[in-house]
Amino acid sequence: MNTTSRIYLDNAATTPLDPEVLDAMLPYLKDHFGNPSSIYSYGREAKMGIEKARKQVAQLVGCTPNEIVFTSGGTESINTAIYTSVNYLNCNHIITTKIEHHATLHSVQYCEQKEHIKVSYLHLNELGQINYDELETLLKLPNTKTLVCLMHANNEIGNLLKIKKVSELVQAYNAYFLCDTVQTIGHYPIQFTDHLVDFAICAPHKFHGPKGVGFLLVNNRVNFPAFIQGGAQERNHRGGTENVYGIVGLAKALEKALNNYESYSAHVLELKTYCYQELKQNFEFLHFNGTLFENNLYTLLNFSVPDEHKAELLIYNLDMNQICISSGSACSSGSSIGSHVIAEIKPSYKGHHFRISFSHLNTKSEIDSLITTLKKFI
Amino acid sequence: MYLCEINLYMLQKPIYLDNNATTPMDPRVLETIIPYFTQQFGNAASRNHPFGWEAEKAVENAREQVANLIGADPKEIIFTSGATEGDNLCIKGVFEMYAQKGNHIITCTTEHKAVLDTCRHIEKIGGAVTYLEVNKEGLINLEELKAAITPKTILIAIMYANNEIGVIQPIKEISTLAKERGVLFFTDGTQAVGKVPVNVINDGIDLMAFTAHKMYGPKGIGAIYVRRKNPRVKVTAQIDGGGHERGMRSGTLNVPGIVGFGKACELCQQDMQADTIRISAMRDTLEKGLLKLEESYVNGSTQHRLPHVCNISFKYVEGEGLMMGFNKDIALSSGSACTSASLEPSYVLKALGLGDDLAHSSLRFGLGRFTTNEQIEFTINAITETVTKLREMSPLWEMFKEGINIDDIEWAHH
Ligand SMILES: Cc1ncc(COP(=O)(O)O)c(C=O)c1O
Ligand SMILES: Cc1ncc(COP(=O)(O)O)c(C=O)c1O
Repeated sequence: MNTTSRIYLDNAATTPLDPEVLDAMLPYLKDHFGNPSSIYSYGREAKMGIEKARKQVAQLVGCTPNEIVFTSGGTESINTAIYTSVNYLNCNHIITTKIEHHATLHSVQYCEQKEHIKVSYLHLNELGQINYDELETLLKLPNTKTLVCLMHANNEIGNLLKIKKVSELVQAYNAYFLCDTVQTIGHYPIQFTDHLVDFAICAPHKFHGPKGVGFLLVNNRVNFPAFIQGGAQERNHRGGTENVYGIVGLAKALEKALNNYESYSAHVLELKTYCYQELKQNFEFLHFNGTLFENNLYTLLNFSVPDEHKAELLIYNLDMNQICISSGSACSSGSSIGSHVIAEIKPSYKGHHFRISFSHLNTKSEIDSLITTLKKFI
Repeated sequence: MYLCEINLYMLQKPIYLDNNATTPMDPRVLETIIPYFTQQFGNAASRNHPFGWEAEKAVENAREQVANLIGADPKEIIFTSGATEGDNLCIKGVFEMYAQKGNHIITCTTEHKAVLDTCRHIEKIGGAVTYLEVNKEGLINLEELKAAITPKTILIAIMYANNEIGVIQPIKEISTLAKERGVLFFTDGTQAVGKVPVNVINDGIDLMAFTAHKMYGPKGIGAIYVRRKNPRVKVTAQIDGGGHERGMRSGTLNVPGIVGFGKACELCQQDMQADTIRISAMRDTLEKGLLKLEESYVNGSTQHRLPHVCNISFKYVEGEGLMMGFNKDIALSSGSACTSASLEPSYVLKALGLGDDLAHSSLRFGLGRFTTNEQIEFTINAITETVTKLREMSPLWEMFKEGINIDDIEWAHH
């Protein structure tokens, strides 16, 4: 199977593991195989690997080590945060949007139906932006303890939240703040100081780290029992034998991503800009979704092709030409339903939507190939 | 590569005899995983390109390997992050899904913390839980189980094999009873799957949790089995999101982990018979060798037991000293790994009726695929030596040797 000639432009779905990260993981896949709860050397080595990773991660994101809870990934972390807020922090009101990731949306819907939590969905403009005044108004609702669930960056259209502004509002009204940072941790040097959030989320497979591991950052002021119970791991916050090599890989991937932030982000932004210009020049009928270059992720582009340009088979034709992009996000099984994000902000638009997402491994010539191929089919 | 790698990291010191806590990864598993990290790295839910399709294909292949090992249909396998999550999902998922029918769960006192802590949680949210006692063999009493079932009972949660003493519960009898009474049967198969022939059809299991790192696979990946026929069983998801895994468990799939789990299952199925013959012979040698020491006792049934496990108490020996005597040379645990860092006596051994002193002086031996005869020989000698030396220094041992029955002495408090 020849995978090297393929052009992978779906890095918001997942990324290849960095070989350096694999090298860091290998000793824990081999010699240091012990159960971290065991007291003999194999166990202690494994435990040390975890605690070193925790310290390193905390340093990189500007929190204390005990604020990092390792989990199996983004989805589990989000579920944990929402469950905790509703069941232990007495939140009876959730403010969110309809373009959150399904991990948030479905958990929130569950709370709405089963736990009778009041849910307020913020209105969005046609760019997918929230109105911060509306957020403030909703935070003022009397007799409520509110959890604000807003993603830092949307995984389909890239819109960035004004996280500081939300943080200030949340603190002013004594609410809790869950910020889904899956698309930003590892892509921006965010510092979680000054009580920026109550909960943040990391999924390292989005920045050349391993799958099956992630962390939930929980602000020190939040005290909570385990969501997955059984065993005293993660200071009683998450039962289960730790995914040691995954945790070690997470820390390594985060370190590498942030140490190279300036060069990676400059290169990727250049790719995005170039790709945008080329698309715009060659296909003037395209509609770009989201805020594009203003307060937007530098890692992705989202555009729609109007119906009359027959884009149904575009994905397949690109595939025949070894080019991988996404129509909608990867995180909904059976994505034939289409994108819930675009459906929300452009309900009456008739056409097909595509997401191109970049990593530092992509090149300008790959963008050229993409454009050349696109020209053949639309 | 296979053999030389084994030499490199399987035979290092200390000798690893704690395969119930976790197992080293089989090099054949590791080899299978590697390409899925850096080359076939796709998201299995990506429907638009071959990276996604390849990942999905690898996942479905692994699902078949896992299903084959336990006689299930691949559609009945739901991947999780491990057995703890699996135990949580099965118990909480059934409790929610069958709330209409009842709120009562029956389990036993020697279950793993993942089951016990989840049951405590169930009690807090309005459920009722019966904790069956075990006899000194570590087995539950079927009459007591029968008597505990009420019209409100929705689930019997009894582990297949215990992690500390290796005792195998009467699974077929339990499932028959459960079926007769229309109650679902969940078993924590973590220690049994891959080691003994677990078959969900023959064993009548409705739900089961298990994990890869106890069977020479990677950490961070496990599965639950959820029966789809006679009866069709459903669990309410505990982790919501993109609707992965038939809606029962969302989140981007850990593709390398799943591929490794699949391979580990295939190897277990392929090697089980040969492994069992070899490992149980070593276990028996170890046990015989250690029982030559006076006042040493096997904990739990030796008749209904995993072939690679034995748990022995050495009376009149201080547990801590025991571990210290050889922990540079042999990696062993004196309780379950999750509590081995604490000095609490094992609740499993106490449930068998052992006093604190005997519980403290116990060692759990978990042999594995990479254990050798030389290691067993070394272990017998090292432990015999340590126990003998410690007893020479022990006043209790001296009294015992002089014929004083220590259990009859009343100690004055001072
Ligand atoms: C914004 C966002 N949140 C949450 C997730 C879920 O993370 P995971 O699939 O690793 O559980 C993803 C990606 O899948 C995402 O893009
Ligand atoms: C019987 C049993 N159940 C559940 C578990 C939990 O498995 P994991 O730590 O992989 O979640 C273990 C091991 O730790 C176990 O021995």
